[in-house]
Amino acid sequence: MSDRQVDQWEQRHARTDRAARQAATTFFVAILAAIGLFVVYIQGGQTQLEGVLLFVAFSGVGAGIGLWAKVILDEPQVVEDRPMMRSPRESREAFEAEYDETVGGGLARRSFLVKLLMGAGASLGLALLIPLRSLGPGPENELFTTSWRAGARLVLPTGAPIRPDDVGPDQIVTVFPEGARTVEEQADSQAVLIGLRQDAMDLPPGSPATVGNLVVYSKLCTHAGCPVGLYRASAAELLCPCHQSTFDVTRGAVPISGPAARPLPQLPIGVDDDGFLVALGDFEAPVGPTFWNLTDEPIVEEA
Amino acid sequence: MPSGTSDRTHRDGPIEALARWLDDRLRLAGGGRKYLRKAFPAHWSFLLGEIALFSLVVLLFTGTFLALFYTPSARSVIYEGPYVPLQGTEVSAAFNSTMRLSFEVRAGLLMRQVHHWAALVFVAAIVVHMLRVFFTGAFRKPRELNWVIGVGLLLLAFGAGFTGYSLPDDLLSGTGLRIGYSVLLGVPFLGPLLGFLGLGGEYPGTDALGRLHIMHVMLIPAGLLGLVGAHLAILVRQRHTQKPGPGARNDNVVGEPLFPTQTMISLSLLAFTIAILTLLGGLFEINPVWLYGPYEPFSVFAPAQPDWYMGWLEGLLRLWPPIEFTVFGVTIASTFIPGVVLPGIVFTLVGIYPWFESRFVTRDQAEHHLLQRARDVPARAGLGTGALTFLLVIFVAGSNDVIAADTATSLQAITGILRVAAIVLPPLTGFAAYRFAQRLGDEPSVPEPASQP
Repeated sequence: MSDRQVDQWEQRHARTDRAARQAATTFFVAILAAIGLFVVYIQGGQTQLEGVLLFVAFSGVGAGIGLWAKVILDEPQVVEDRPMMRSPRESREAFEAEYDETVGGGLARRSFLVKLLMGAGASLGLALLIPLRSLGPGPENELFTTSWRAGARLVLPTGAPIRPDDVGPDQIVTVFPEGARTVEEQADSQAVLIGLRQDAMDLPPGSPATVGNLVVYSKLCTHAGCPVGLYRASAAELLCPCHQSTFDVTRGAVPISGPAARPLPQLPIGVDDDGFLVALGDFEAPVGPTFWNLTDEPIVEEA
Repeated sequence: MPSGTSDRTHRDGPIEALARWLDDRLRLAGGGRKYLRKAFPAHWSFLLGEIALFSLVVLLFTGTFLALFYTPSARSVIYEGPYVPLQGTEVSAAFNSTMRLSFEVRAGLLMRQVHHWAALVFVAAIVVHMLRVFFTGAFRKPRELNWVIGVGLLLLAFGAGFTGYSLPDDLLSGTGLRIGYSVLLGVPFLGPLLGFLGLGGEYPGTDALGRLHIMHVMLIPAGLLGLVGAHLAILVRQRHTQKPGPGARNDNVVGEPLFPTQTMISLSLLAFTIAILTLLGGLFEINPVWLYGPYEPFSVFAPAQPDWYMGWLEGLLRLWPPIEFTVFGVTIASTFIPGVVLPGIVFTLVGIYPWFESRFVTRDQAEHHLLQRARDVPARAGLGTGALTFLLVIFVAGSNDVIAADTATSLQAITGILRVAAIVLPPLTGFAAYRFAQRLGDEPSVPEPASQP
């Protein structure tokens, strides 16, 4: 070896020695962090500390292995030939010849059988899908109806019925039909009872019945079904927090901005003999997001 | 042979013994030797896919832990755990088990948060990896199949994310599920039936959590693992692409040997990925369901923001104009085009891009193993930049309410600007990128290696 080669060898040796010491340090730190993690965990755990100790332990291992691979080993790059993916012509032709002679010829002679087998496979596949139909009931009438019925009292989430005087101008409360206690019933029957300001009401002709300045709309956005929970009393606007559809509650909750295209369906209301607010029927239209046969008449149930 | 044998026997460790035991039965030495020295081209950008893979590893381990405690049931129970503000509240068993994981199970909160962070990083790593593959032309023949598998993995990652964050049954997750169900409901003819079958009835359904749980912990992970297996098997078969450079040609592979260097680099990256994810999960609160509270169908809070990768879908829903129409008795919901058709078109275009490019842009049917620079195919640079611009605008639109509040601008103005931007900006940036790539391509910025034949 020449002097220069010896120098280079020594330099490299010094570098790998240093890297080995560094890697040893990082592994040692990882061991300490792992012990620390064990202790923290035994003591009852502490989320932030666990995260930091895991970070230190895994970083230590990662840094040590990285140093080992890149500096200590420092393996030279390797060069491989890369054959093209397509098979060489001879092997392709040999395969084709062999195939034609054995499988292909046989299949060609029996093309009728092959077609019938494919037909059997397809029919069987379809038949095997049928159990999926058991996953749930069909939509039937469900999307057209809610649990509101004529005579059903409007109640607060607490279950308390409401008198017309309970809701003043600019007030809004969430209401359900009395007796709707389950999440399923509340999901599509949820409604908002709003007290409008004097003379603000400007409902289109033929709108469902109201009581004084009180109107009730479905709380389900007609866009993507979120609860239309934000009321801006000054503008008499209901705002959906999901996609910001806005509805003018003085004019039948018509959408005035945002992606919703249909008004919130209105609930006809009246007052029962005891002076509580009641529904006079179901919503005037299907609640919630639009579906393809929305304009169909719902199937009328036999009384 | 004789001298070698005696030399080997006396330093026979357990690994050597195991290798010999296996080779006695499976004849592995010949093939194994080839893999020891397999070349793996080295460049930092080739590790992006590995970050996605390692995030998936973290997801599987943390997810298994979570599944041991989670109860996929909407059954109503009274919360009696240590979190005072919710004590005595009626919650679902699913929410209750999530609270227990967060407050009572040792390291449970860490696992939950690492799992959620790993999901965000998983999708991000897939997307950045795809961008690398796209702009370097790594999807070209013979790798079109792996590109499509990659798109399938991205779709499954979306499915995993959506089903996953619906599980805790908190107020935010219920809202996400509500929107997903509503978009499905708007699909002509099939929507209502599919929605009812999926949830076991009208929203919220009786079986939703159980169904989502099985999808999240079984069906989607099985699909992910199957596709990852295929993705890697094809990678090994085709070998990795490489950047052109001294000695690197289309018909060779220059790189680190698989053993030990590349394996150790990958292990190092695995350790660092876990390190970062555990740090995020330990220090940075994510999805604090106790603040959101249990799901009530009539409650919602604003501003509601989904996980980042859902932002573009959310933005499409927010930007789409309120148009609904009925043809032949079939009503097209205002969510159908932005919620189903446009995302479908986006994924389809991304999936078929390799064939589109080789057929109409480059008219190139040859095998390519050398990577390109973005400027080498100006049309690709332009199309890619335009598409990215569109996705970015609609992603921003997913937060239009937050932006409006932060900038004290009216929501309508922000939405109007973004609507215009989504249509006008992509062609502009796309064309600019196209011309820029052409200009760069004209001037040889890197001197050609003269010594190469």
